[in-house]
Amino acid sequence: MSRLIALLLFFSMATVALAIDTDKAFDDPELQARYEHIIEEVRCLKCQNQSIKDSNAFLAGDLRREIRRMLSEGKSDDEIYDFLVARYGEFALYRPRMSGKTLILWIAPIGLLLAGGLVLVNVLRRRMAMPIDGDAAAEE
Amino acid sequence: MRFAIPIVVFLLLVVVFSFGLFNDPRELPSPFLGEQAPTFEVASLTEPDRVVGSADYAGKMALVNVWATWCGGCRQEHGFLMQLARSGAIPIYGINWRDNRPEALRWLEQLGDPYEFSAFDADGRVGIDWGVYGAPETFLISPEGIVLHKHLGPLNAAIWQEDFVPLIEAGGPSS
Repeated sequence: MSRLIALLLFFSMATVALAIDTDKAFDDPELQARYEHIIEEVRCLKCQNQSIKDSNAFLAGDLRREIRRMLSEGKSDDEIYDFLVARYGEFALYRPRMSGKTLILWIAPIGLLLAGGLVLVNVLRRRMAMPIDGDAAAEE
Repeated sequence: MRFAIPIVVFLLLVVVFSFGLFNDPRELPSPFLGEQAPTFEVASLTEPDRVVGSADYAGKMALVNVWATWCGGCRQEHGFLMQLARSGAIPIYGINWRDNRPEALRWLEQLGDPYEFSAFDADGRVGIDWGVYGAPETFLISPEGIVLHKHLGPLNAAIWQEDFVPLIEAGGPSS
């Protein structure tokens, strides 16, 4: 057992070294922070469950390069997101922006929660109105 | 009546889930559909000194095909592209994406060259402008420069007949 734990500990400590350009991109810490934030927010289209920060697909590398270029040209974060959305669609952003097309993404969770709440209230009301009889109580 | 609501909810879920099941998440709608196609201007693959670009097919119905030698699907569709080029149905323009020149040239020599030209996009800049994320990708461009259709993955005669021919015959977007 302790061996197993040791083994698990060993593997949990292992880190994967990937060929990602993790070198600092900017000397300016503020630019570097913006860069790191943006690349976490952008989905790698080639490997859809990774951000371009985590992906070593060449497309992610190309996009990181373009983002570095735009940052060094003094573009704002929104301009960079617009650039990506215009080319790859809203899907490229992990946090899609509120718009006609993405409205359902934002509203659906609240709508579902409300619907569930209504059902719950309804069921509880009906239960409360039910007489407590011996058989039902014994079942529970 | 008591069961009506759960059954309706269940059926709705079946519809939603089957949509999710049969919908390929890799196939994303191109934001360029129905919009002006991106432009490009880069060196030609076969003639490095010649600049080629979207201006070369302005005013014509054209097919823009993104390919690379490292891309398996591109090899798969190459035979069909050759056939299409021979038929003269539509001029095909290539974007050789993130590739290596000698290998790409060898590919065209061995398998044939269906392209009017291939733009040599070594650093992927043109690919980014076109929102390319997985070769092969094929765009149908109208004479006015509008993206009528985008196909992700290898082309074949059946897909061509079903998705491209009606649009080409209509000469404009018909969705």
